[in-house]
Amino acid sequence: MNRDTLNDIALPIAAIAAALGVFGVFVSFAGVNPVDVWLLLFKGAFGDWFSWQNTLQRAAPLMLTALCVAVPARAGLVVIGGEGALVLGGLACAAAAHSLPLPGGVVGSAVVCAAGALAGALWVGLAGWLRQYRGINETISSLLLAYIAIGIFKHLVEGPLRDPASLNKPSTHSLPESLAIGGIAGSDVHWGLVLGVAACVGLGLWMRWSASGFAVRVVGGNPRAAQLVGLPASRLIVTACALGGACAGLAGAVEVAAVHTNANVSLIAFYGYTGILVSFIARHHPLAIIPVAILFGGFGAAGSMLQRRLGLPDASVLVLQGIAFVLILASEALRDVDWKVVLRLPKRPPETGPSGVVVGGSVP
Amino acid sequence: MTPDQWLALFAGIVGGVLRVGTPFLFVSLGECLTEKSGRINLGLEGVLVLSAMTAFGAAYLSGSPWVGVLAGAVAGGLLAALHGVLCSLARVNDVATGIALMLLGTGLAFYWGKPLIQPQAPQIPAIDLGWWSDSPALRSALSVNMLLPLGLLLAVALYWAFKYTRYGLLVRMAGDSAHAARALGYSVVGIRVVATTLGGMVAGLGGASLTLFYPGSWNEGISSGQGLIAVALVIFARWSPLRCIGAAALFGGAGALGPALQSAGIGWGYHLFNTLPYALTLLILVITCKPGTVAQGSPGELSSTR
Repeated sequence: MNRDTLNDIALPIAAIAAALGVFGVFVSFAGVNPVDVWLLLFKGAFGDWFSWQNTLQRAAPLMLTALCVAVPARAGLVVIGGEGALVLGGLACAAAAHSLPLPGGVVGSAVVCAAGALAGALWVGLAGWLRQYRGINETISSLLLAYIAIGIFKHLVEGPLRDPASLNKPSTHSLPESLAIGGIAGSDVHWGLVLGVAACVGLGLWMRWSASGFAVRVVGGNPRAAQLVGLPASRLIVTACALGGACAGLAGAVEVAAVHTNANVSLIAFYGYTGILVSFIARHHPLAIIPVAILFGGFGAAGSMLQRRLGLPDASVLVLQGIAFVLILASEALRDVDWKVVLRLPKRPPETGPSGVVVGGSVP
Repeated sequence: MTPDQWLALFAGIVGGVLRVGTPFLFVSLGECLTEKSGRINLGLEGVLVLSAMTAFGAAYLSGSPWVGVLAGAVAGGLLAALHGVLCSLARVNDVATGIALMLLGTGLAFYWGKPLIQPQAPQIPAIDLGWWSDSPALRSALSVNMLLPLGLLLAVALYWAFKYTRYGLLVRMAGDSAHAARALGYSVVGIRVVATTLGGMVAGLGGASLTLFYPGSWNEGISSGQGLIAVALVIFARWSPLRCIGAAALFGGAGALGPALQSAGIGWGYHLFNTLPYALTLLILVITCKPGTVAQGSPGELSSTR
């Protein structure tokens, strides 16, 4: 294995381990034994079949929202508005199921999912278009679009699309039973997981082996080179954004069709933001997203256990994710360190080698 | 609409400009200071939520709102300092770090703020500007946060400092040309860390005004993304502290339109009116940005304005 690949794998793992360590210290201030927390995190995420089902159920939307960051990132864009595409995708799915005369079964489910993906693709594609044709920074525009999307979502769910029967919690009409996405082989793990894995593998292969995927990577890696060889940069960038948005929209549609059965505010569950984190840890590599999403789905699943068993606030998982994200970004700084030199010359002044100390020490 | 409804609407919007605009003013000034030094801090959202919680907690425990304000500023400064230090490391992207700190800041605030959801903390006293009016709606709209004059003063002070003082020039130099600053023997990293930290402290005052004046209590939905809008606000204000005042007032008013219409008896489109500030920002960006050019007045080293 060459040094880059080794760094790609070792640095995130070391950072996550360090994050778990820091989190252990953090919870010990609340009088909780860190070892209990670590064990419970593992048990709640991967301890038994029940936990696994919970974990995989949460991993499915994370894979898709992470792709919404990863694909545009390969084209050189930082898109952080996956949450908006997700809620609109869910809304489009519920609206399509309610307003179109759809056949039941796989065909109908495919149509409502496609509606969700289309809504997401248009939304994030718009951010890409605004950047290429209007010169607006995509990070800021996608974020603004996400807030606008959530506003539209709430307006429609509480207004025109509301099911009059939903009194306490405004919701859209429920999907007909025949359109719902069921579990795989009788379990709680729904087919959305298969869609998520398929999207990761498919987009990974597209990026690695197809001419257009290669072109996207060239545009992202070296815009000047792309310009010199005459690649249609704008079209490729908008396509990459739309593909990513389609994934996030699909995540929303799957959440509606498989979990919530209708679109309501429970859909706004931070998946879009956690997806950003997943994609950064996976270094925007579609295939690497799969294991990372499962890991973070596990953290999410274990979160409620921490609350119930140890009495920690439910925001503990958010803290863990924040620490993990900070350390993973900081670990990039260690990429240029030549470990052979560091390990052979222990007498050198401390600032060369363990810059990890600086990193760990800077977390409050 | 009856005259009473018009008055309620007017009072609601004026109140919104003054109340909702105050945290906007502080976060936009904080972001302006940070961006002038050449760095973008998307983590101000985390700074805002964390400082709001800290200010509320400190005021509740000490019994004095001003201790809370101070604690909020310190908490904001600490989190922003972390952002400044992290971004100084090699290969670390400031946009991604901002998102990370947004997660961390809100996570920490929710974690420590759990026991603070129920209690009531002493509030920052109000300045009554509506003594001349008989209308209770207008009077309550014109009772102004005591931090607001401080914010206005700060905006003028920042404008003056950027223009006439050595430190202001240093910050601008680090933001416009890191090479020039380095060539003159100044530490670009040092300047940026200090500017980011001070920016976080200023934004922390905005957090304090959220929990200690309006809405005046701590809950997990306290910020509706004001910290993120700050980035857009600064673009709108074209990196001028004085123009931040107008931008904050406009955004406060736009954000207050939904609740104001509701209090005037119009419930339709409440959520749509709430998205008005975001839509407005986007519209302004569409009008002011041109492909291939840099936004007017932006610091040259900024990564967000290619």
